[in-house]
Amino acid sequence: MTPVVRTIAALIFPFIIIFSFYVIMHGHLTPGGGFQGGAIGASAIVMLIVAYGARNVKKKAKEESLSIFESIGGLVFVIVGIIGFVAASSFLYNFLVGEPLFGTIPPFGSNPGILNSGGILPILNIAVGMKVIGGLASVVLVMALAGGDEE
Amino acid sequence: MFEIALILLSAFMIASSIIAVWFKDLLASTIALAVMSLILSLYFYMLHAPDVAIAEAGVGACITTALLVIAIKNTERMEEVEE
Repeated sequence: MTPVVRTIAALIFPFIIIFSFYVIMHGHLTPGGGFQGGAIGASAIVMLIVAYGARNVKKKAKEESLSIFESIGGLVFVIVGIIGFVAASSFLYNFLVGEPLFGTIPPFGSNPGILNSGGILPILNIAVGMKVIGGLASVVLVMALAGGDEE
Repeated sequence: MFEIALILLSAFMIASSIIAVWFKDLLASTIALAVMSLILSLYFYMLHAPDVAIAEAGVGACITTALLVIAIKNTERMEEVEE
């Protein structure tokens, strides 16, 4: 791509990543969640692949490391579910209610939204976001790498 | 007002879909598909489904377009006209 496209892509890449983290972290309060934020974050990496070429992106993020990142997300999801099974009664039991981490019980009625609430839901959102970012980015990266040489 | 906006958005979606099928330049067809997906996400937002709208805008308008552009770059850009 031309230098204009490359410069603009490098300039707005951190903003898209920050917005993706925002959507993932506020998944239990506002529209969005793990999949939506992960799709936004993967689209940032896809933008870099289109602008800079797959070879240059592969130097920074190999598909093996993206695959490891994705697997960590899935593993965190399953481990949190099994902890709920062990610590309490059922799979994915919300064992964090009342704890200092994500455990605040919001007051009854309408409120502006307390970020430090939701129990295990933010952790599950982060896990799903990691999985979606790794999966979608590695899909596009492998397809761009398989296509032969390009700029 | 709301119904008029929905009808207009539907008309734009149908028009961009027809354009995507009609063009012989596959890159232009891809851009028309991206426009259709973007209008669809606006439609979802107006129907009070912002969750689906975010997913549609992220996956439909960005990742699918990038995949199709990569596929076109490695094959042929113009569709062959068969007589």
